[in-house]
Amino acid sequence: MSLVELEINGSKVSQDVEERQLLVHFIRDDLNLTGTHVGCDTSQCGACVVHVDGKAVKSCSILAVQANNSKITTIEGLADGENLHPVQEAFRENHGLQCGFCTPGMIMAAVDIINRNSILDEKTVREELEGNLCRCTGYQNIVKSIIAASKKM
Amino acid sequence: MYQFNYKKVETIREAVNELTANPESKILAGGMTLIPTMKQRLASPEQLIDIRNIEELNFVREESNNIIIGSTTNHFTVSSSKLIKEKIPSLSMLAEGIGDPHVRNMGTIGGAISNNDPTADYPAACLGLGAKIKTTKRELTADEFFISLFETALEEDEIVISISFPIIKSSFYMKFPNPASRYAMAGVFISKNDSDVRVAVTGASENGVFRWFEMEESLSNDWSKSSVEKVKLSPEGIMSDIHGSSEYRANLANIMAIRAFESINE
Repeated sequence: MSLVELEINGSKVSQDVEERQLLVHFIRDDLNLTGTHVGCDTSQCGACVVHVDGKAVKSCSILAVQANNSKITTIEGLADGENLHPVQEAFRENHGLQCGFCTPGMIMAAVDIINRNSILDEKTVREELEGNLCRCTGYQNIVKSIIAASKKM
Repeated sequence: MYQFNYKKVETIREAVNELTANPESKILAGGMTLIPTMKQRLASPEQLIDIRNIEELNFVREESNNIIIGSTTNHFTVSSSKLIKEKIPSLSMLAEGIGDPHVRNMGTIGGAISNNDPTADYPAACLGLGAKIKTTKRELTADEFFISLFETALEEDEIVISISFPIIKSSFYMKFPNPASRYAMAGVFISKNDSDVRVAVTGASENGVFRWFEMEESLSNDWSKSSVEKVKLSPEGIMSDIHGSSEYRANLANIMAIRAFESINE
């Protein structure tokens, strides 16, 4: 076991973990933050995307021990109390989700895309969503949501 | 995943000591290949030595007409570096095409070349630009470094420190990505430095990345589109799987070579 100390959604966490535990399982099973999803076991779907030290990463392909001393934001950490984050609000307004399974990863990826790109067009958004899959194939409204959110942020 | 020990190191010396003391260890850089492989139980190292926090391995700098990139520099850094965009734009474009944004935030250049996946992009840039690879023991040319499928000249206790790319603006990389994985089905890197032409192919051969000497010769003799078009890659020794037959891949390499050549001359 190894001690992992990190900050997640503003709360400090200190816990022993098995070295082989993936960050996503630490977040879901140990910290009970089940908004972050596991949609595949091949690192392709992106349902598990969280921000580690401000960068979007796939938490299914990182060990919890690698995240020691980092600051993590998950989907639960985006809203400000009752007020949705602009990206969450845009997904709601533009019907950016159908079944909702890929949504946490899509939204965390979207926040990262908007942070990195001052101007967003459809082509850029579609390229940037390379690592996130939607089995409902609801990309049209996901892209629309992200572009709408980028104009408000 | 099988159980293993985890050791985070802060210096190169510490990493080498750990690797020497425990030969069943594996170096963990970005982990974008290693961890998925361990999840599938296709690898079971006794110990992981995490080198991601070694500061002295994370840099991009220009030195005597070369761009030198530290081994733990991630793909996002390479793709967004102003220096690389200005000096070797083909290299930043190549980095921008690896995997997806989340993978590029973690995956490293040193990890990519040490793994030498036959469909990885960086090996093509190393061979195609004639890069030099500095390790904890020596300096190797790219031609010496890449041996075969997932095989490099690296010894058990040797770690890549940096990769030095000669600044050659006349260069381009064109790949046909597998639509699911974004790995190259065939990728061709061409560079032209005065009369010296280099052409490297990834994603195609059963033996991993290779220099396409026939194409180099044809282009050295006459730098023209017809010189690219008249050379055809033989399907012999080219990979064949559910994604494409060897004939299909060889043809893709031919097409990628034409597109890369056209992009250099645009």
